[in-house]
Amino acid sequence: MTLAELESGKLAVVKHLKLNHQEKELGKRLLAIGITPDKQIQVIRKASFGGPLHIRLGSTTEIAIRRQEAKMVQVHCLNSL
Amino acid sequence: MNQANKNNLNNLNKFTSCHNDTSTLNSATQSRHLKRVVLVGMPNTGKSTFFNRLTGAAAAVGNWPGMTVSFLQAQVKIGGKLTELVDLPGIYDFNGFSDDEKVARKFIAKYPLDLVIVILNASQIDRQIALPLQIKALGLPAVVILNMADEAEQYGVKIDTDELAQRLDMPTVLISAKYGKGYGRVYREISSALGQQSQTIQESPTCLNNCAEITPQQIESVLSGVVTMPDRIGVNLTTRLDRILLDPVWGLPLFFLGMYLVFSLIWNIGLPAQGLVGDLTAWMQTSLIEPILSPFPEIIQNFLIDGIWNGLATVTGFVPLIVLFFILMAILEDSGYLSRSAYLMDALMGRIGLDGRSFVMQMMGFGCNVPALMGTRVMRSQALRLLTMLTIPFSLCSARLQVFVFIIAAVFPNRNGAIVLFSLYLLSFVAAIATAAIFQGVFKNDEPFVLELPPYRFPTWKQVIIRGWGEVKHFLTRATGFITFGCIAAWGVTNLPLNATGLDTIGGQIGQFLTPIMSPLGIDPYLTLALIFGFVAKEIVVGSLAVIYGLNAIAVSGHISDTVTFAQGYSFCIFCLLYTPCLTTVATLLNESKSWQFTLFSLAFSLTLAWVASFCFYQTVLLFGFQ
Repeated sequence: MTLAELESGKLAVVKHLKLNHQEKELGKRLLAIGITPDKQIQVIRKASFGGPLHIRLGSTTEIAIRRQEAKMVQVHCLNSL
Repeated sequence: MNQANKNNLNNLNKFTSCHNDTSTLNSATQSRHLKRVVLVGMPNTGKSTFFNRLTGAAAAVGNWPGMTVSFLQAQVKIGGKLTELVDLPGIYDFNGFSDDEKVARKFIAKYPLDLVIVILNASQIDRQIALPLQIKALGLPAVVILNMADEAEQYGVKIDTDELAQRLDMPTVLISAKYGKGYGRVYREISSALGQQSQTIQESPTCLNNCAEITPQQIESVLSGVVTMPDRIGVNLTTRLDRILLDPVWGLPLFFLGMYLVFSLIWNIGLPAQGLVGDLTAWMQTSLIEPILSPFPEIIQNFLIDGIWNGLATVTGFVPLIVLFFILMAILEDSGYLSRSAYLMDALMGRIGLDGRSFVMQMMGFGCNVPALMGTRVMRSQALRLLTMLTIPFSLCSARLQVFVFIIAAVFPNRNGAIVLFSLYLLSFVAAIATAAIFQGVFKNDEPFVLELPPYRFPTWKQVIIRGWGEVKHFLTRATGFITFGCIAAWGVTNLPLNATGLDTIGGQIGQFLTPIMSPLGIDPYLTLALIFGFVAKEIVVGSLAVIYGLNAIAVSGHISDTVTFAQGYSFCIFCLLYTPCLTTVATLLNESKSWQFTLFSLAFSLTLAWVASFCFYQTVLLFGFQ
């Protein structure tokens, strides 16, 4: 599944980035900001009107990312209870 | 000695566009045998805070990734030797392509340096460690600073600094730049690293353009067993505040409520303070300046009192308001809420071809449009940058705030003033949004939106005071420079030819000449003349009004309330908000866009929009029978 499909509050890990050639720059930025394979990832909340997602990466990095860009991040959902 | 010198726009422009022009910096360093130390780090890791601490400079700091977009230099004694310290914009990696990252990259590529200081946010060491590894791969001599030790401790991040230093083979120090912890070691490490470094790095490593990527395996092998990251973050201040401030329903209303409260505070404190300063300057005029000048001929008295003193005294009345405004601005910028406002507004901004960061730049423009225009360098798409730059001049800057406070206080009953002022801020957003909506087809972009949301932070008292004082100094420089010049010019055109008065003077003639254009807006020839001086800077509008009427601050306000109706006053405010920005802003527009056509287009559009908006407002109000 992609990050865009992940429910708020559920814990997941990053599998890989699915980018085409034009998006190489974005890929680098996402890696630098901490979206790296095996990193723990969580959607904290989603902005209304189709706005960005509030994401926590690992434990100490939080970012806002548009749903468009979140579709490029493949994640694996963990059961969090 | 501890003077920071901010490179002016021309300099920077030369530097970013012309590859061979390195002579000035080179020779300056070599002739003085100064060693050069360069600060490098990801955005929002506290490089400028560290730079300020080390050099005593007052670089702008804020909790926003992209606060510093040009480089700053200062000299400081380290280990008894004078050393040049350079603060660079943040970079995510050496392959970044936004304009602020290019400034940093080109600096390292083009200028000789002796040492790199890599600053990391210690609590995010798990990802930021990639940067020192890249620098190591480039073979640059470096000292690693793990900043924000206080936050890392609160999060429960544990770092074995000595072991990390060994694995990196770089001196590594854990500090808190903000609270000044760990500086003794920083000085020692820099000084000893500089001592060991006999050769200045003249040529940058050739691989800078095609830097090796750091793999997760490399990061793992450096960090494993040395750094312990917390598994989960419990509830802390940031998560608690975010739950309220980023609420899907209440987030935006809370934003506007907060904004309203801030501006009512400015209104309710700034206005009485302005009255007090007005009383003080009026007293100085009658009991000091007039007696001293009484032996001089009338024309000289008239020039000095009506021309210079009245203008400057009126503008000075705004000093308390400006200080208060920038203290609140400093708290806002440092809080981390700017990033949150980008998150809240991105959905709307995205629909009009902008993104959340454009909105943040519009808010920064409330202080001054110039840094906001430069702040767009964090955007990589040129189309997005231009579209954002087109909207920033509509941002109600602190200079225009003075004009509006002055006019609103004169033409509106005092109690509603704060609401009227707030309505102008809303209009400022509406104008920006409408502009982007109109032109989004011209400046199409598909820039991705990924933005860090740093934890909430509070500025120290020292940071707030430095900021407030810096703005006062800035204001006084402007007051003694072109505001005085503007007042003299205003006196000249309203007093020449010598025997003429009122509308027969040059100024009166100009005002009357423009009457066919300005009277449908309810703007009389005197106010028109003030707007013409406002082309240079908006502070001059208020100063020149005092000069044009030949009255002191308090009397001008009374005169305006007698001769200008509230509809006319508000129409004047609309026009003043939307028409051409000040000259410095125009120069910045040109420098940042590097396009005459774009700059002229922006000016023409602003002027047209101002006229149309004022016309619509004033004629509608007249239609409903208001005056």
